[in-house]
Amino acid sequence: MPNILSHGKVIDDHWILLSDEDAIPAQGDIIVPLSTWAAQREVLLAREGAVSVLLDGQDEVETIADDLAHFPMIAIHFAKFVDGRGFSSALLLRDRYHYQGNIRAIGHIIRDQLFLMKRCGFSEFSFSAEIDLHAAADSLNVFSESYQTAADTAEPLFRRRR
Amino acid sequence: MYTYDQYDQTLVDERVAQFRDQTQRYLDGQISDEEFLPLRLQNGLYVQRLAPMLRIAIPYGLLSSRQVRKLAEISRRFDKGYVHFTTRQNIQLNWPQLEEVPDILAELASVQMHAIQTSGNCIRNTTTDQFAGVAVDEIEDPRPWCEIIRQWSTFHPEFAFLPRKFKIAVCGSEEDRAAFLLHDIGIQLVKNDRGETGFHIYVGGGLGRTPVIASSIREFLPQKHLLTYLDAILRVYNRYGNRDNKYKARIKILVKAWTPEVFAQRVESEWQQIIAGDKDGLGELTGREIERVKTCFTLPNYKIVDQAEADAQLAALAQDNIPFARWLSRNVRDQKQPGYSAVTLSLKPAGVAPGDVTDRQLEKIADLADQFSFGELRSTHNQNIVLADVLKSDLFDLWQLAKADGLATPNIGTINDIICCPGGDYCSLANAKSIPVAEAIQRKFEDLDYVYDLGDLELNISGCMNACGHHHVGHIGILGVDKKGEEWYQIQIGGSASKQAALAKVLGPSLSRDAVVEGIEKLLDVYIEHRQPEETFLATYQRIGMDKFKERVYAEHS
Repeated sequence: MPNILSHGKVIDDHWILLSDEDAIPAQGDIIVPLSTWAAQREVLLAREGAVSVLLDGQDEVETIADDLAHFPMIAIHFAKFVDGRGFSSALLLRDRYHYQGNIRAIGHIIRDQLFLMKRCGFSEFSFSAEIDLHAAADSLNVFSESYQTAADTAEPLFRRRR
Repeated sequence: MYTYDQYDQTLVDERVAQFRDQTQRYLDGQISDEEFLPLRLQNGLYVQRLAPMLRIAIPYGLLSSRQVRKLAEISRRFDKGYVHFTTRQNIQLNWPQLEEVPDILAELASVQMHAIQTSGNCIRNTTTDQFAGVAVDEIEDPRPWCEIIRQWSTFHPEFAFLPRKFKIAVCGSEEDRAAFLLHDIGIQLVKNDRGETGFHIYVGGGLGRTPVIASSIREFLPQKHLLTYLDAILRVYNRYGNRDNKYKARIKILVKAWTPEVFAQRVESEWQQIIAGDKDGLGELTGREIERVKTCFTLPNYKIVDQAEADAQLAALAQDNIPFARWLSRNVRDQKQPGYSAVTLSLKPAGVAPGDVTDRQLEKIADLADQFSFGELRSTHNQNIVLADVLKSDLFDLWQLAKADGLATPNIGTINDIICCPGGDYCSLANAKSIPVAEAIQRKFEDLDYVYDLGDLELNISGCMNACGHHHVGHIGILGVDKKGEEWYQIQIGGSASKQAALAKVLGPSLSRDAVVEGIEKLLDVYIEHRQPEETFLATYQRIGMDKFKERVYAEHS
């Protein structure tokens, strides 16, 4: 079972990532593409095991806004690490829809993005490349302060300056 | 000027440490070239034709003499003893070593400077008028707003990986000296009926391959909403801008595709949702913060001067000294404070790449700023330096000292005040060299009487269609193009970066490098033959049109 970074800790991942061609297993916690969720919503909700949806770069968070209570985790996929759309998706989930579950970045991400990703509301990181996750965790905290409001702080620095 | 507090200093120090670690991991082979690319770019580091190039931020062009001395020291210690001022009011080092860049950044941080977001697909340095704070036609000083935007944009977590680079300019005056309509976002300070300052917001301007003049999307935005509204614009762009084709990725393409009206509606809708979700208004700028930043830009300790007497003394000096009079007429302008002037030090003497200065000159500039202008200076998007607060009675002394160091060429606003990118001599993107063309033009037009007779004339040169030399908005623009491996030059005329912004039109087939100067001469001949009294080159072109210029330049070729 591959390791992931979750809330700054290295843990074993129990989620199974399915493509839109995979059969849905009877048991286990699964991550499904948005299209699968849209097509088989009732089936997915009736089965044992938790379900999470995978948002691709172009998928709009608005489409799952009414379903968020069903997902203990939402995965956001990065086909390329420089595709910044997922940053907005995560921040909207936290800020606009007050999503409390885990938000996981999956795919081509690099450790040097973790600080900004964490600020946008990501809590879990699943790297497509094999990297030293313990070392990567250091990148979560490279800055001790930030100017802007984001998922991690409601008050921008200008309201906190002394 | 703005002074860092412990928060600002901590952030730049932590940035240096972060990039030092990233550089080490790259050198150790732990980061691939592809993945290191945006990390180094967002710290100003390009890999160029001959060596890396480091672009250092000068927020809205403002520098202290202490910072300039540090830049001189850095250029000596880590480079070849000169720097290049860019059209975004920044500076570039052309020969740093990758391994030493973290040390350079640490030196910069020691004087409250950095290279953060000077490159890459992120929000870049916010630019403004080089005469901000002293301009006679100013509505309000734009620099506090630039600084507020700088802080908001620095390490913005949501907008570090945009579809493409993103540039913001703020204009605080009647006349536009910031080319704000040619930026991704152009912000014009305006007053409403109640006398409150707010912002007129334009989006989707830019040069590059597809030059576009920005469209108005909101006529009056109250001050406190500046950052939430910018968030809304950037979020719409980050989510819906084109990421498949880098040549269609700038916000101007999205604005055009959707139309400015639809784009404005999408931003408005996003913004309304941001505000609705921020019930306590925590994202709104506070009066306290605006005041805190504004107090950093207070007026210097001016002397009370008898304006008439100062003017009379100056006129007397100028009468006996033609070179001084010429310099006064081109390089010196009035400012708000009676008895004071704003002086432009020209970085465009013939034979030097426009915008290049040596370490010694930087130190001289710092000395002049200390002696004559309260220790502050500004870089301009025309690649010159401004001393904004000079006593009129000091002008003659300043002129003599500046002249001795090659900083008093009396050519500001003339055909020799060329805006020019580094071009094929340095830049790996360029199709053609630009510096030798600029030099050939400056050598040709050395007769100052002729140059002054031509009057205000903006000539801009870019070595490729990325348009770093702003050729689309030159009264005369020159664009380097590649024709089967040879360097050719397309001539454009009629552009303007003023509030009546206009994009230049292509004159005709491109010219070989040997023919460029002759072509420019013919354009000027047509202007001189057809101009009416007091008419500039641009005005004559606008009146008589393209044909006469075109006929003359291509007469012998046809």
